[in-house]
Amino acid sequence: MNADSRTRLLLTALVALILTVLPLPRWLDVVRPAFLVLTVLYWSVNAPRAGGLAIGFFAGLMLDVFQGPVLGEHALALSLVTYIAVREHQRIRSKPAIQQALIVFPALMLYELVLFMIDGWSGHPVTSPLRWVHTVSGALIWPPAAAILGYGAGHRA
Amino acid sequence: MAAFGTGAGRPLGGRGGSAGFRFTLYALLSVIMMYLDQRAHYLEQVRYVLQAAAYPLQLAVNSPPSAWRFLKESVQTREELQAENAQLRASARDLELRAMRYEALARENGELRGLREALPPVADRWLPAEIVNIQLSSLRQRLLLNRGAANGVFKGQAVLDDKGLIGQTTHVGPWSVEVILITDPEHAVPVRVDRTGLRTIAVGAGDSTSLALPYLPANADIRTGDLLVSSGLGGVFPEGYPVARVTEVHRDAVQPLAQVRAAPLAHVDSDSEVMLVWFRADHPAAPAPTASAGGELKSGNPALQPQPAAPKSHAAPQGGAPHEPATPHEPAAPPSHREPAPLPAQQTAAAQAPEAPPSVPAVEAAPAAPAVPGQGQP
Repeated sequence: MNADSRTRLLLTALVALILTVLPLPRWLDVVRPAFLVLTVLYWSVNAPRAGGLAIGFFAGLMLDVFQGPVLGEHALALSLVTYIAVREHQRIRSKPAIQQALIVFPALMLYELVLFMIDGWSGHPVTSPLRWVHTVSGALIWPPAAAILGYGAGHRA
Repeated sequence: MAAFGTGAGRPLGGRGGSAGFRFTLYALLSVIMMYLDQRAHYLEQVRYVLQAAAYPLQLAVNSPPSAWRFLKESVQTREELQAENAQLRASARDLELRAMRYEALARENGELRGLREALPPVADRWLPAEIVNIQLSSLRQRLLLNRGAANGVFKGQAVLDDKGLIGQTTHVGPWSVEVILITDPEHAVPVRVDRTGLRTIAVGAGDSTSLALPYLPANADIRTGDLLVSSGLGGVFPEGYPVARVTEVHRDAVQPLAQVRAAPLAHVDSDSEVMLVWFRADHPAAPAPTASAGGELKSGNPALQPQPAAPKSHAAPQGGAPHEPATPHEPAAPPSHREPAPLPAQQTAAAQAPEAPPSVPAVEAAPAAPAVPGQGQP
């Protein structure tokens, strides 16, 4: 059961990573949700034992390799969000998907805020408001994404 | 609610308390990594390894588009191929006509500058690279190329296409290299207005079709349609390569600075192949070392420095072996600084490169050369 959800987790994280780095046209790229962050959040909430902080940290590290100006930036932001999700997982997962989306939205905002601050601190400031768009699209896509990730799963620990 | 909250810690057992501890650990680790990466660049090796690990995934992500390209190319009809062939032949003829007087002009230019010899072309070696992945968001404008340290690629190397500058390399992996485009909001390229010689800086605007020139005073002599070429300062790009064309000049009476936009000449978003370039470090047009931007002439090869007064008679003995600029066997002194015996084929390739898009077979020979020569760059 644990091993099963772990393979599911790694598989979905890989798919999410591919979706994250897939080249897309510009307008789609702006609204592209942070798939990997959503996936990590989903597993932190629904299978905190299988996932948890290690997954958050290493997923963030992968994001750093693909798109981080400084190594460790996404790792820090994602471990922070993962930590909160793991700590509050019981409270979050008892809610219906729509309400979960309302919780995911500030989590994504926090994630982006950490990135934003580190960007500024490390001398790569990107002040365009477009960088916040994905938090909205991420929250919107949460209910269907959660349904897909949890499809046919008995992972409710 | 409170009871629920306290219950929430229990399912994780003893790890409820350690989650906070582990988070602190990971956060500390991230911060240390950021510090090392940012301040001391200790993590180049780590990045190198991680980039190598990530490369297969990036290749896999790119495989559907490249498979599609391959499919499209293999089912092209005869008529299409013939049309393309005719078009290529026409453009080759066009370029040959344009390059016809190049040698004569190069020699004349050398004489005008008071040099004893015509300068060899500033580009020493070219290496075509395929674009594996492309990011064109407003935050990041990057390319991933399928060449890396194994091909002698180094950090801060200029990347061009057949129309103009594309960008420069940032993170070099063993088989792949990340290129920051001139349109990336973090990138700035020192340019010169070709018409007036006015020097300024073109900053990326996070949009693959526009550059901003934010540091021009309102009374600067610049117009729509002006060509911007690289100014050779900054230590990456050599002097005189086309960068962009001014598309919009907006002067506001209350603003001290003009608002100028330019469109990059390189087709950043439609290229599938770009060129990595190695420059002769001792060429006067080579990128000036950042440490001493002004000392560019003094640090060069003495043979290439302006001579006090070139005797006019040098122009008279026409032709002659010593004045044939593009002859591979007469390598106008500088190659002595470089690898012992440059292959003649390579020399000719380099000689033709800047004018015409390099002839492919000659360039293909280049990767075989030792990986070192490019590293002469400071």
